[in-house]
Amino acid sequence: MSTWVAFFVLAALAVGSALGLVLRRNPIHGALFLVVNLGSVAGLYLMLGAEFLAAAQVIVYAGAIMVLFVFAIMVLIPGKEETGPDPRRAVRLLAPPLGALLCLLLAFVVARGTGAPAGAAPPAPATLGALGRLLFTRYLFPFELTSVLLLAAMVGVLLLARKRGS
Amino acid sequence: MSALADLGIVFGRVAFAMLFVVNTAALLGWVERKQSAIMQDRIGANRASILGFRVLGLFHPIADAIKMLTKEDFRPARADRVLFALAPFVSVFFGLVAFASIPFGDTLRVAGREVPLQAVTLNVGVLYVFAMLSLGVYGVMMAGWSSANNYALLGGQRAAALMISAEIAIGASIMGVVMVYGSLDLMDIVRGQGALLFGWIPAWGIVTQPLAFVLFVTAGIAATKRIPFDTPEGESEIIGYFVEYSGMKFGMFLMADLVETTVIAGLTTSLFLGGWQVPYLVAEGFRFPWGAALALPHLLVVLLQVGAFVTKVSAMIFFMMLVRWTLPRFRYDQAMRLGWLGLFPLSILNIVLTGLLLLLWGARA
Repeated sequence: MSTWVAFFVLAALAVGSALGLVLRRNPIHGALFLVVNLGSVAGLYLMLGAEFLAAAQVIVYAGAIMVLFVFAIMVLIPGKEETGPDPRRAVRLLAPPLGALLCLLLAFVVARGTGAPAGAAPPAPATLGALGRLLFTRYLFPFELTSVLLLAAMVGVLLLARKRGS
Repeated sequence: MSALADLGIVFGRVAFAMLFVVNTAALLGWVERKQSAIMQDRIGANRASILGFRVLGLFHPIADAIKMLTKEDFRPARADRVLFALAPFVSVFFGLVAFASIPFGDTLRVAGREVPLQAVTLNVGVLYVFAMLSLGVYGVMMAGWSSANNYALLGGQRAAALMISAEIAIGASIMGVVMVYGSLDLMDIVRGQGALLFGWIPAWGIVTQPLAFVLFVTAGIAATKRIPFDTPEGESEIIGYFVEYSGMKFGMFLMADLVETTVIAGLTTSLFLGGWQVPYLVAEGFRFPWGAALALPHLLVVLLQVGAFVTKVSAMIFFMMLVRWTLPRFRYDQAMRLGWLGLFPLSILNIVLTGLLLLLWGARA
């Protein structure tokens, strides 16, 4: 019973904040709504017993990446509201049909089977040690690929920052 | 009946952690003024009196609270209504909830129940405290942005930059401790520190991870945004993110800083100073390395442990305040350089060194 209440509160928060992110014209409000959204999804992870995933989501996304986002918006946008004509009208017009398509796909997936998808990965490892062992044995290749990707992004940022400076 | 008792136990655990933080923070306002007065050879806060009793100025926190609650709650005309009102609450909230997974004692056995003395038992306790601390910066950034004041905005931006550079160092220096004790659960980490090295040195974090201790405390003081890392506030230059706040909302920002100081002190105690461990005190009583033993009743042992935790946290706070009244403020770029070029590389070095030593130790044993 209490699980259901918690689930619906978190789900409502997640959906509401996602709507707020899309609908608010003020970029700071949008970014803060995204933080709320990330937090409530972390709460859902917590309810599924994925404590590490929830903590990582809050630390990495809400605590680090979004802080940088809000920081950048504060520096770059001095006015309180973005005004003037929308420079990306075409993208905006494309968004509703694409969103509807995504909803359809999701509805299709949910309608096809309520349980885990066929051929799903083994159930989530219960302990952190097991998770780490899996990452460094079975999923070592994707893990290392991700680190290469992050390294490339870092080098790219350094290159861009240097060009502007000199 | 038993369900009611369980509820009461949960309530008690949460209440202890909550009241401990709130009351410590309230007292710290007085401690801070009195300590600085003693260090600077002044008398310090001693004017507040109730019926002529002054008690070392201990009534000042109450007087301050009454003053702040009765002041005008001012909001600038161009401020963002919602965010301006929300910011101080966000600041205090994340500071308060961060304390939840810090253990203040070992398991208490009452009436056939085992009660872990910790508001919330979490597998990933260390990460939880860390996550809550990193969310606290939103309150400061919201305050800086919503005030519609350029000095406040500058303060909010400085706070964001400072928090990120400090938190990276905090996270990386914690990793060494996690590697040594092999858990992310703060209770397990504290239990691990009860072991004895060479038969007589308590294996506290400060002994096994001295470099991480220095890095963590430095970064921790930076995360509390206090002198010498008070660039977001900088009361002699930009006044800072709370320049437009008055009354109790201003008081809440002040309180948030003191709550964060308490949380950092609690986390330092749990990670490096043995948490609730008393040297040579085990569940049955004292067992000294020279063979002597002293049996103690369970309740007394638990009381000693909680007392040890409170004492260590107080000592740590005292040390942080000592630093505050000793060092001058770092310039903004100096604080950034210290974080990114000093603390962060050193904490990575600490991880590598710890890994190497653990490998060698494991190979020998």
